[in-house]
Amino acid sequence: MNRRPVFLMSVLAFGFAFFYVPILSMIVFSFNNARLATVWGGFSTKWYAKLFANDQVLDAAWLSVRIALTSATVATILGTMAGIALARFRRFRGRTFFSGLVTAPLIMPEVITGISTLIFFILISNLLEAAFGWKTQRGFTTITLAHITFSLTFVTAIIQSRLRDADIAVEEAAMDLGSRPWQVMKDITLPIISPAILSGWLLAFTISLDDVVITSFTTGPGSTTLPILIWSKVKLGVTPDINALATITVCVVGLGVIIAGILLNRAERRRDLDAQMAYRANE
Amino acid sequence: MTEISAANTAPPKPRTARLRRWFHRRGWADLTIATPYVWLTIFFLLPFMIVTAMSFASRTPTSPPFSFGVDGSFLNFENFARLLEDDLYRRAFLISIRNAALATLLCLLIGYPMALGLTRVSRSARNVLLMLVILPFWTSFLLRVYAWMGLMGTNSWFNRLLTSIYNGLVPDDWAIRSIQMMHTNFAVVLVTVYSYLPFMILPLYANLEKLDLTLDEAAMDLGSRPFRVFLDVTLPLSIPGIIAGAMLVFIPACGELIIPGLVGNPSQPMIGRVISDEFASARDWPMASAVSVALLFLMVGPMMLYTHFEAKAQEKKAMEP
Repeated sequence: MNRRPVFLMSVLAFGFAFFYVPILSMIVFSFNNARLATVWGGFSTKWYAKLFANDQVLDAAWLSVRIALTSATVATILGTMAGIALARFRRFRGRTFFSGLVTAPLIMPEVITGISTLIFFILISNLLEAAFGWKTQRGFTTITLAHITFSLTFVTAIIQSRLRDADIAVEEAAMDLGSRPWQVMKDITLPIISPAILSGWLLAFTISLDDVVITSFTTGPGSTTLPILIWSKVKLGVTPDINALATITVCVVGLGVIIAGILLNRAERRRDLDAQMAYRANE
Repeated sequence: MTEISAANTAPPKPRTARLRRWFHRRGWADLTIATPYVWLTIFFLLPFMIVTAMSFASRTPTSPPFSFGVDGSFLNFENFARLLEDDLYRRAFLISIRNAALATLLCLLIGYPMALGLTRVSRSARNVLLMLVILPFWTSFLLRVYAWMGLMGTNSWFNRLLTSIYNGLVPDDWAIRSIQMMHTNFAVVLVTVYSYLPFMILPLYANLEKLDLTLDEAAMDLGSRPFRVFLDVTLPLSIPGIIAGAMLVFIPACGELIIPGLVGNPSQPMIGRVISDEFASARDWPMASAVSVALLFLMVGPMMLYTHFEAKAQEKKAMEP
C-alpha cells in the first residue's frame, strides 16, 4: 500500500506537532533566565540548581519513588495472578463478576475511586480506634494500598492480552507430558509473559509516580508526594522551577520508556527468531 | 505417579508436605484466583458499596458526619431530590457532559485521520510513530496540563502568535492585545483533547490495522472514489474502534478534576470539583456520594449501549457464513 493521501499525512504531522510543541516549549522555558516563566530572557540553568537545593522537592520525590516501587511490585503480582486467572482458567465460580471487578477501576472516574477509598479508610481507621484503641493516620500505607488497587487492573489488561495471543498448545503439551500445573506455570507460562510482566510493572510504576487525584484523597498530614507538591504549586501559576522539574520528569520517564521499549522489542525479536529456527530444524 | 516422583526427587519435611501437595494438586489455581479477587473486593468493591449506601444517608454534625434513618425511614432520597432541584448540580452535570462530549468529538476528528494515517506509512516508520503516540501517555498527566498553562498565558509566545494571526485577518479596529484562553471552557476542552487523544488513536489504530485492505482496493477497482470508499467501506467497519475510543475519552473526561482545576473557569461548576468540594469543604459526605452515584449512572447508560452494540455485532458475525 504505497498510496499516501496528502490529507492523512498532514493531519498526522499536525497531530504530532500538537503532541510535542507544548512539551518542547516547557523544556525550552526551563532554561529561561527571566523570572517570568513565559517571556524569554536568555539561557540559564539556575532553576535546576535551585531545584536540587530544595529539600521539600527531594523529600517528596523520594516518597513518590518509595510508594511507586512498593505499589508497582504488589500490583504486578496481583495483576499477573488476575490476568492468568482470566486468560487461562476458563470456568470458575464468579468469573463474569471477577472480570467486571477487574475492569471497573479502569473506567471508573478517579474522583469517585478517590472519594470511596477515602471514606473507606476513614471508617476503617475509626473502627480500629474504637475496637483496639489503635490510632492510625493516613499516609504511605493508605496511598500505597490505593495505588495497588488502581494500577493492578492495568497490569491485568496487559497480561491478559499477552496470554490471549500466546499459543496455549505449548502449555497443554507440557501438561500431557506429565508436568504438574505449578511446573507448567513456572517453566512455560511465566517465561512467555515475562515481557508483559515487565511492561506491566513499568506501567504500574509510572501510574503511581504520576497520580494526583487518588493520592490527594488518600494522603495524610506530612505525606506529600511529588505530584501533590507540583499540584499545589501549579495551582498558583507557571513558574520556571516547575518547568525545570517537569523537564527532568519528562526526560527520565521518556528515556526509561524508550530504553525499555527497545530492550523488550529486541528480546521479543530474538525469541521469535529462536522459535523460527527451532521450527525449521524440526521440519 | 507424579506424587511418587515428587517424593523421590525432593523428600519434603513432614510439616510442609501436605501444604505442598495441596498446592501442587489444585490449591495453586484457587490461590491465583482468590488473591486478586479478595483484594479487589476489599479495596474496590467494598468502598464503592459504602459510597452507594452513603448516598441514602443524611448529613449530621457527628463524626463521621452521616447517619442513617434520621427522619424515620432508613433510605433517604433527599440527596437525589436535591440533585434534581438544585441548579448548581444540574449546571455542573450539563457543563461537564457538554465539555466531555465536545472533547470526544474533537478527539475523534483529529484521532481518526491520524490512526488511518498510521496504517498507511511504512512498517518501520509506523513503529516509531506509534511510540511517539504512546510516549505522552507515559509522561505525567499533570505536567502535560501544566505545559498548556505555559502556552495559554496572555504573554506567552503561543498566545502572541495567535493574537497576531487574528489581528492580521480582521480589520484594524477589531484588533486585540491578547486572547483570553486560560480559565475558559475553551481551555478545558483543548487540554482534554490534548490529554486524551492517545486513548482515541490507539483503539482506532488497532481496529483499522486489522481491516482488509483488499476491500478498499476492490471498491476502488469497481470505480469508487477514495472518499466514497472511506464512507462506504472503512468507516462502517471501524465503528467498534470509534466506540471503544469514544468511551475511553468520554468517561474519564466527565469526572475530570485536574484539567478544570488548573485551566478552567473557577466560577463554573464541574462534576469532579462539585464532588470533591461537597466532601472536603462542605463536609457533606452523603451529598458527595449521591453526586458520584448519579455520575456513574449516567455513564452506565452509554456502557450498556456499547455492550448491546458489541453483542449485536458478534451475533451478526456469527450469522454470516
